[in-house]
Amino acid sequence: MSKTAKAAMLLLCLAYGMAIFAGFFAPYDYAEQDREHPFAPPTRLRFVDSTGKLHVVPFVYPWRSKENTFAEYEADVLHPVAVTFLVKGGEYKLLGLLSCNRHFLGVAAPARIALLGTDGYGRDQLSRLIWGGRISLFAGLVAAAVALGLGMLVGSVSGYFGGVVDGVLMRLAEVFLAVPWLYLLFAVRAFLPLRISPSEAFFLLVGVIGVAGWARPARLIRGVVLAAKEKNYVLAARGFGASHLHILLRHILPQTWGVFLTQAALLIPQYILAEVTLSYFGLGVAEPVPSWGNMLGSLQQYHVLASYWWMLAPALALIPVCWAYYAVANFAHERLEFLH
Amino acid sequence: MTYFARRAVHSALVLLGVSVLTFILFELAPGEFFSDMRLNPQLSPQTVSALRAHYGLDRPLPTRYARWMRSVANGDWGYSFAYNQPVLPLIWPRAKNTLALTTTALALTWLIAIPLGTFAAIRRNRFADKTAVAASSVLVAIPDLLLALGLLILALRTGVFPVGGMISLNHSELSFAAKIKDLLQHFTLPVLALVMATLPIFFRHVRASMIEVLALPSIRAARAHGISRNRILIRYALPAAANPLITLLGLSIATLLSDSLLIEVVMSWPGLGTMLLESIVARDLYVVIGAVMQSTLFLLMGNLVADVLLYLNDPRLRGSTV
Repeated sequence: MSKTAKAAMLLLCLAYGMAIFAGFFAPYDYAEQDREHPFAPPTRLRFVDSTGKLHVVPFVYPWRSKENTFAEYEADVLHPVAVTFLVKGGEYKLLGLLSCNRHFLGVAAPARIALLGTDGYGRDQLSRLIWGGRISLFAGLVAAAVALGLGMLVGSVSGYFGGVVDGVLMRLAEVFLAVPWLYLLFAVRAFLPLRISPSEAFFLLVGVIGVAGWARPARLIRGVVLAAKEKNYVLAARGFGASHLHILLRHILPQTWGVFLTQAALLIPQYILAEVTLSYFGLGVAEPVPSWGNMLGSLQQYHVLASYWWMLAPALALIPVCWAYYAVANFAHERLEFLH
Repeated sequence: MTYFARRAVHSALVLLGVSVLTFILFELAPGEFFSDMRLNPQLSPQTVSALRAHYGLDRPLPTRYARWMRSVANGDWGYSFAYNQPVLPLIWPRAKNTLALTTTALALTWLIAIPLGTFAAIRRNRFADKTAVAASSVLVAIPDLLLALGLLILALRTGVFPVGGMISLNHSELSFAAKIKDLLQHFTLPVLALVMATLPIFFRHVRASMIEVLALPSIRAARAHGISRNRILIRYALPAAANPLITLLGLSIATLLSDSLLIEVVMSWPGLGTMLLESIVARDLYVVIGAVMQSTLFLLMGNLVADVLLYLNDPRLRGSTV
């Protein structure tokens, strides 16, 4: 494995790990508001205090609102607060099961820390980014699983049995591929209810993306199956009287592995972006549950876009995630796809 | 010419398929434009059902589809509930704006990608090439949404470029030259966003196919004949490298239209994408269908153009498949 691919895999594990254990890594709950501190800029971790003394344990100066202003803050240098690891904080369910109140990093209440600033309700942007990753990163993953599952099914049936079935399925795929991707995605979304609860929204989005995206993987997998079914050992297995299902599962589908992985690594970031796009336009996950898309939604107001750069954090977080997936896709394409 | 006739018929069938697909989705939709009206106490249920009957929404799917097909033949493309007028006159000006945006961006992308890709291919694995490749892999990973938002921030902060829209409010009062200048100013940022979104992919393909072509024996022979490098590049290498690039051109139209949808909405460009989103939110479903059909039409037309270009560029195609 190349260095780039290794780094990419590590980065993805880190991102997904943080999303899975969101309650632990996020200093606060995603809905916890601090109305006194809307749009507070990121708190800086400091090692040297105002008297020039060096501290081993980092500390922060909490934000104090300037009098008679909106969202203007100054560092409260008189009350430094030490940053602690495994700090006690709000209650959460680890993996949805274990009740727990330790957070990876934070400050003792009532002081608050906002390493990525706060949004318009004073909610901690870092916490929302981590919780939002849970929706956005997994929406991409599950949607890709749906699209690839459908694609695998259609592609293998179409390629293996050929004939009329193949003709009909591939014409259908052509119709799906003839509509530009985002137009198709929006069209499929258009015909579903607009206002839905966040948990429904996740499955709805995943379904919409999967249905809009099955055609490309289906065509690619069909191609591999077409080539594989003419191989001598497949013909031999058929000669020995193996069933269609056995041949498909044992001899043909393993050949699609390389294409499958490459497609997965390309589709997941595309589908993460699809979720972000839909939620950004208010067609996806709704407040107060954060997704990277609806967090960016507040940027539709120009004053937010112009003044508070940290509100762009979810969009910036997409860069390393996309980069990592593309690196993995490159690796899978070069090393796995041509094995057979 | 039979090849192109076949392709045209195929495209028409695909378009028909898309229309059937959108209608089936339409049928599956739980809500519609008039569902919200039922909640309005000032409207009697009779009025709402009369309205539905007026627009033919109470008919079964095949009847509605047949009606819609007839209105397509009339040049209406269905009826917009929200605007209370036929769909095509509504969509066409928007579609023209999208076309203007995407074709400008496409032309500009090619104008940058071809020299840049060729240059990188000549300097393969040297500093300039490595920098360009690294920059393109970073640019690929930047989501279009961030590109568009970043450029908007630029517009908001500097005030040099207008923030969204296609013309200024006082556009109609301006002199001709000022009108052109105004349009160009509004064009700059959306076009720039689109170019930045599509350039890295084009650049990589130009570079890859140039590297392949420059290694051909014919190019080596041309060099051995003492033909100048520029002449080799333009007269021999570029036409030989063009085939995969023209295929890419056809394929890239889909990406271009998708990118354009996002950038249009973010930068409030009055195009097809903005229209689509507005009609989705208003549940104006015939406009949704119209916008989807229009985008598909653009895509199919782009593919046909790419086919024609391929035919013109590659003499081998003329003898056999056509």
